[in-house]
Parts: sequence; C-alpha cells; structure tokens
Amino acid sequence: MTTITGQVSATDRPRTYPGEARWLHPMAWWSWAIGLAIAASVTTNPLLLIGIVVVAALVVDRRKPQAPWARSFAFFLRIAVLIVIIRVLAQILFGAPTGTLAVVSMPALTLPDWFAGVRLGGTVMLEPLLQSVYDGLRLAAIIVAIGAAGSLASPARVLKSVPAAVYEVGVSVVVASTFLPQLVADVSRVRANRRLRGRKEKGVRALAGTMMPVLHSAMDRSITLAAAMDSRGYGRTADRSTGDRLRTGVALLAGIVAIVVGVFFLLGTASRDWENWGLAIVALGVISAAASLAFAGRRSTRTRYRPNNWHRADLWTLGCGAFTAIAFAAAARVDPLGMATSTQPPVWPSLPILAVVGLVVAALPAYFTPAPPKDDR
Amino acid sequence: MIEFDDVSIRYEPEADDVLTGVDLTIAEGEFVLVVGGTGSGKSTLLSSINGLVPHFTGGVLRGDVRVDGRSTRDHRPRDLADIVGVVPQDPLASFVTDTVEEELAYTMECLGLAPAVMRRRVEETLDLLGLEELRNRPLRTLSGGQRQRAAIGAVLTAHPRILVLDEPTSALDPGAAEEVLAALHRLVHDLGITVVMAEHRLERVVQYADRVIELGGPGQAIAIGEPSAIMATAHIAPPVVHLGRVAGWHPTPITIRDARRQADTLRTLLTGQVPTIRAVPDAGSSPVASIEALQIHHGPVLALRDVDLRVDRGDIVALMGRNGAGKSTLLHTLVGGLAPSRGSVDVDGMDPRGLAGPELLTRVGLVPQEPADLLEAATVAAECAASDRDAGCEPGTTRAIVALLAPEVTDPTHPRDLSEGQRLLLALAIILAARPRLICLDEPTRGLDYPTKARLATILTDLAEAGHAIVLATHDVELAAEVASRVVILADGEVVADGPTSQVVTSSPMFAPQVSKVLSPQPWLTVGQVQRALDNLEGTA
Repeated sequence: MTTITGQVSATDRPRTYPGEARWLHPMAWWSWAIGLAIAASVTTNPLLLIGIVVVAALVVDRRKPQAPWARSFAFFLRIAVLIVIIRVLAQILFGAPTGTLAVVSMPALTLPDWFAGVRLGGTVMLEPLLQSVYDGLRLAAIIVAIGAAGSLASPARVLKSVPAAVYEVGVSVVVASTFLPQLVADVSRVRANRRLRGRKEKGVRALAGTMMPVLHSAMDRSITLAAAMDSRGYGRTADRSTGDRLRTGVALLAGIVAIVVGVFFLLGTASRDWENWGLAIVALGVISAAASLAFAGRRSTRTRYRPNNWHRADLWTLGCGAFTAIAFAAAARVDPLGMATSTQPPVWPSLPILAVVGLVVAALPAYFTPAPPKDDR
Repeated sequence: MIEFDDVSIRYEPEADDVLTGVDLTIAEGEFVLVVGGTGSGKSTLLSSINGLVPHFTGGVLRGDVRVDGRSTRDHRPRDLADIVGVVPQDPLASFVTDTVEEELAYTMECLGLAPAVMRRRVEETLDLLGLEELRNRPLRTLSGGQRQRAAIGAVLTAHPRILVLDEPTSALDPGAAEEVLAALHRLVHDLGITVVMAEHRLERVVQYADRVIELGGPGQAIAIGEPSAIMATAHIAPPVVHLGRVAGWHPTPITIRDARRQADTLRTLLTGQVPTIRAVPDAGSSPVASIEALQIHHGPVLALRDVDLRVDRGDIVALMGRNGAGKSTLLHTLVGGLAPSRGSVDVDGMDPRGLAGPELLTRVGLVPQEPADLLEAATVAAECAASDRDAGCEPGTTRAIVALLAPEVTDPTHPRDLSEGQRLLLALAIILAARPRLICLDEPTRGLDYPTKARLATILTDLAEAGHAIVLATHDVELAAEVASRVVILADGEVVADGPTSQVVTSSPMFAPQVSKVLSPQPWLTVGQVQRALDNLEGTA
C-alpha cells in the first residue's frame, strides 16, 4: 500500500497562526508557575501574596482546557485555604503569646510539668496571629501557583517532553493513569454484582470475594495491552553494544553521585570556598547525567508525533514568569520592609512598585497566549 | 501475502495440537473470514500471523508462517508491526495513549517515522475512518463502534498490508457493527488491504468475505474456499444458510439478496401457513415484575426516563437498542441494584431495593454482562457449594443444574479456564439455584458460537415454559427472534417500541432477523418455524 491520497505538504515544524487554538508548551506553563512560586517565596506581604493567587486564578480561568485534569485547580485552592486555616489555628492553640495587642482571651490549659514550654489556649495576641496568617498565605500562594501549572499544562504533554532515555517511565505513567480508573470501575462493578449472589457480608471476607474477579480482569487487561503494544512495534531498538550500555550507565551514576555530593557541600557548610567547590561539582554532575541521558536516548529509534515546540507565545510566557520572580527578588533587595510586612508593630502593608509591576506582567499570559483547543464533547 | 506452510501449534510440549497441518496461502487484497466453534483455534490462527504465537504466548510452532516473505521464526511481532496490523477483541484494553489522535500516532512513533509523514497519515486516517470529529476525544468516552474504528485507525496509520481482526463486531449493536464493517469494506476495496477476520456473528460478515476458512477444532482438518461452497456444508452457519438448506436451494445463499432471488417458490409454498409461536403459559393475574414511570439518574445524566414495563409469567422479553440506550441500567434496576429517582419497581410484590440474600435470590436473578464477575471460587465444585449456601438450598442443587445445562463442565476446573459459553451457563446455573421467578440476562450471546447459542435458546425457552419470566438485553436479533415473546426497544433511555416479537422486529430493517428479510412480507422469523411449517405440509400431503 502506498500513500492513501496524493502528496500533502507538511513541514517538520508546524507553523502557528495568530489566534489559533493550540497547546502552549507545557514547560512554558511550568516555568511561568515556578516563577510565581519563587516570587511568593520571597515575600510575606499579604497584598502581594493575595495578588499572586488572584493572578494565578485569572490565568487558569482564561486558559484552562476542558479536560478532567484541568479541574484540579479548585482542589488546590481548597488546600490553600486549609493551609492558612491550619496555620492560624496552630498559632491560636499552641503559639507563644508574644506581643502587646490582645485580640481575644481564651481559657488556658495547664499542662503537666514535663510538658513545660508548651502552652494550650490563653490570650491570643495580634502580632503572632498576623505573622501566622502571612506565613500561611505564602505557602498557600506557592501551592496555588503549582496547582495552576497542573491544570494549565496537560500531563500527557508534559510526558512528551521527557528525554527519550526515560521514555519507558513516561509510558508506564500513562498506562497506569488509564489503568487505575478502570480498576476502580471494576471494583465497583464487581461489588455491585456480589449482591446478585445474595452476599451481604462486609470486611475482609467481602474484600477477598471481590479481589478474585477484579485481579483476574486486571491481569487479562495487562496481557491484552502487552500483546497490543508488542504487535504495534513497541520496544523496537537500534542495536547497541554492551560496552555502550555500560558506559552510559556509569556516566549516569557518576553524574547523580556528583550532584548529591555537590548539593551537600552547598548546603552543609558555611565556608565560601566549599560553596564554590560544591557549585562546580554540581555542574559537572549535571553535565555528566545529561550526556548519558542523551546518549541513552539514541538507543531508541522512535520518533515523536507533534512534539511540543517553542513558539513566540511560549517563550513570552516563560519570560513573564522569570520577570516576576526577578522583580520580586529585586524588590526584596531594594525595599525589604515593603516585601516583608512588619507585624511588630503591625502596619498596613505597602505596595512596592517593582513587585506590582511583576504581578501585572505575570497576568499577561492570560491575554496574549493562544487558547487551548476545544475538546468537542 | 500470508503463507502457512504445514503449521502445527501446541501451547504445551505434551499437550495436543490446537492447529494441525495448516497449509494455506492468502493472496494480497483478499478478505478472509475465519469461522469455527469456541476453542477451534481461531484466535491462535490469527495470532500466529504476526508471530504473537509463539513469541508472546509461548508454545511450540512447527512448520513456517511467512508474511510478505518474512518468517515469524526470526521476526518478532514488533518487527512485523509495519506489515501486519492487529486489532484485538477488546479495543479499550489495547489502547496505549489517552486521546484518539495520539493513539493513531502511536504505532508510527514506535516505527520511527518522520514527524511530517506521521502528521499527514494521521489526517488521512481520521478522514478515511470518519474519526475527524473525534480527534481530541479521550478514548474512554467513545462509543463501541467509535472505539473499534479508532483501534482500526491506530494500526492503519502504519500502512500495514494486512489487517487482522478478532471478533470486531461481537460487542456492538447492529448499527455500530454496520459502521465498522463498512469501514473495513472500504479498506479492502479502495486500498487493497488484506483482511483476516474471525467472527461468530456470521450473519453480519459472511457476505463481505472472499474466502472462508473453517476450523473444525483440535485435530480436525481445516477447509478453505468460496463462502457459498464452505457454507453449504459448514457446521456453523448463519440463518440464511440454514434457510437455504431447509428449502433445498442451490447454490447456498450467502446474502439476503441471493436468498430472496430463490425464495419465490418457498413463499408460495408457505402461503396460508401460520408460524408456530411458543405458547405462553397462563400469565395469571399479577405480573412477575412491573415498572411504572421509572426514572434513573447516573450522576447528572438521565439514563432512563418514564419507562413502563410489565413482565408476566412465561414471558421472554428482549430489550434491544444501541449501546448506552439504558438496557443494562434497566436490568440492574430490576434486581434493585440502582435507586430510581422517580417511579416504582415491583418484583413479585416487593421492591427489590430492600431485599437481600435468599429473599432477593428467590425473586430475581441477573447474569451480568461479564458472567465471570459472579464467580470467585477456584473450582467449579467450590463455586456450586457456595451458591447452595447463598441460596439456602439443598447441597448439590447448583451442581445438578450445571450438569443439566453444561454436562461437559467438570468439578475441578477453574471457572476462568471454562470457555465463554460454559462460564455463562455456570453463572446461569448459580442464579437458577434459588429458582427466581424473574431471570435477567445482560448480553448473553457475546462471544458465543452458534451451537452454544442454540443451547442457550433451548434452555431459556424451557425455563419460560416452566413458568419463569425472563428479561434479556441483547444486540443479537437472531436470538431475539428465536426466543423472545416480546421485544422492547430502548433509545436514549426511553421505550420507543414494545410489542410482540413478530411485530416489532419486522418493522425495522435494523432489527429484522434474516429469515424475515428473506420471506417478508410473510411473518416468518426463524428457520425453525419454516422447518415446522414445511414438515406439516409434508405430513398433510
């Protein structure tokens, strides 16, 4: 069989058109989100932190695709709220009553001697309370930023960006992600069907009863899938010598060890000299590991269908994230008091202009990026 | 294109051959249909074409299988992926990625095709199989026919010269099956692809085949030839062929058109005769089951709306309709597995929702779509003993029923090792142990060969005569014509037709059995009816 129709012209790198719906490079969304997370991590200014959450929500609202995984953002928002609440409750219940402004007075619980230093209840002071709100907000903003990336970038597309050498890992993740829902469906179906045999017992016996059919069908499905993948050419590899394989393995291992040792030097010592050495070792390790991954990738003969490409909007999105992170970091140098809002004494938070500009830039991808393709369900 | 050179296959070195001395050549562009009973080695034959047997399954293959000159001896399945495309029985279990477009590209990615080529072929294949609208859809949300077409497209993008399909239409409703077969027909005629297909539902596919391979079973010789030549003597044949045999037509008709051309004399002969219809025993005053104004929600989706149904003693009601029309939902409501959001369900004077244990089992039983879901023991004997305990009946009851329904099933067998048909009959026996007044079956003939189906039809008729009421959901129009006293057609959760079988099935070409298509406007539905009428005529003459 030759071609199905006449020649259709197609180029390796598909052109994009302004306003055309397409997927942004997943790494563009992730770097934008990491930029936001870095920005959040350098400030405790509640206005800026809330600003980050609002910006993330705005971009997600405008650019999230209609896919099940995109709905996870609401879940991350809820976690963020929970984090603030837990942080504040912990402060109220266990925090030290430093400060001068009392908010509310609660009965204090006297704890036995061996619990000295821990206090339960008592007067709640404004200063530590505010501090806990700000701390909670900072963590919440970081979580929200990461959650935004999770619902903007398709997990399947993220996997397309992994290096060829670890492709198999990506396949297992995809297979598992389709397998799990099927397993859940199997369990509920078999459980419903147990009624048909008049079974009522619950607990271990019932579980054992459901296990058999569920495991059997999961097993059958795995075998079907493996056979299908084999018949479709999965695992075709280019020939490579054992020596090659050994060298790749050693280079990867050495690289990882070097990274670990380097990070240890970076974090574990106070001296400047050692820090520089650590940096150098980390760099060497990264190079070695990357080289071995690239080399291992050659073993695979497979190609990628519609790989993620970097276009202008993708690069701009990455740039916006980077700009926000840098703007916040710079603001923290220039205006440390504005970025770390004081709680002793409590003051109304100011708005450092540099950080505000960073926030505005972070919101831009909501408008200039292409909309994701519509799922025609 | 495909050559089998004295091929014998066995799965264990000491076991018997599954296939013996197979010699055959399939030419390029042929549409070959493989027929045979359960366990005759159809799947083995298909899997040996791309080397899954023995590379993937294990086993011993003697002789040589060559595909486009490449021997499967030294080519693994993955090395033949560019020549042979295999579409497995259950497409959903064989999908590797999550959306239609990605799935179409997967084989090409494995073969290492250039991105530009992949892009072009995906677009071509989307158009060829009418999948363009579905390109971004998650595979799990597709309907049965769409899934099958996506699975065909997924192997087609590699431009294979051979397509191997294992029962592509057995799980599909008549409409979806037509959709898949039309796509295949186009591939054979427009692109010259060689197609090798196994299928139990011959009435759907035999007219498309150029040649038929009939497998007699282990140790038996195989027969290859033109469809009409093979069908003239085949053990396993669609109703139109049986009708041809009963009427003594030559050559044996394969299609409705062939048969109608020869049917004039038979129609004249049958004029004035009335088809025998199974006598429904006295229904009694109160129905076994009745449903009134029923509504069922699956989350936000209304699965059933305003359904009324009445099932009497001795009734066999066939529920028909598209995949997803609400047939299974209705059955599960009858056994009280689902809570209605409105309306009432009444089985033998009780609401099945509130029942459990023997109280439920003596009223209503359901053989689910996957009979294996009911089975959990390691042997048939243990399964039967558990069933006796569940139903609270004399030890040995279930075993006796199994012996009646499926005498060849032995005690120490693991239920998973039974054939599909035997598993269904075992599940049915378990349900019957409590003697429920209402028996429900969900898609019982999926994957059953004609002999097992005939056996099931006899069993169901006997049960109805003994006073049980039966409701079965099925895509199989021939089974419905054979056993059902009433047919209810569901569409989109609503009852769109409810009446005696002869009236409902003959009114739509989609649900009409083959005999009715051949002999219309006369009211004949099954070969059995025609046979009895002819016997009568002979007796009086």
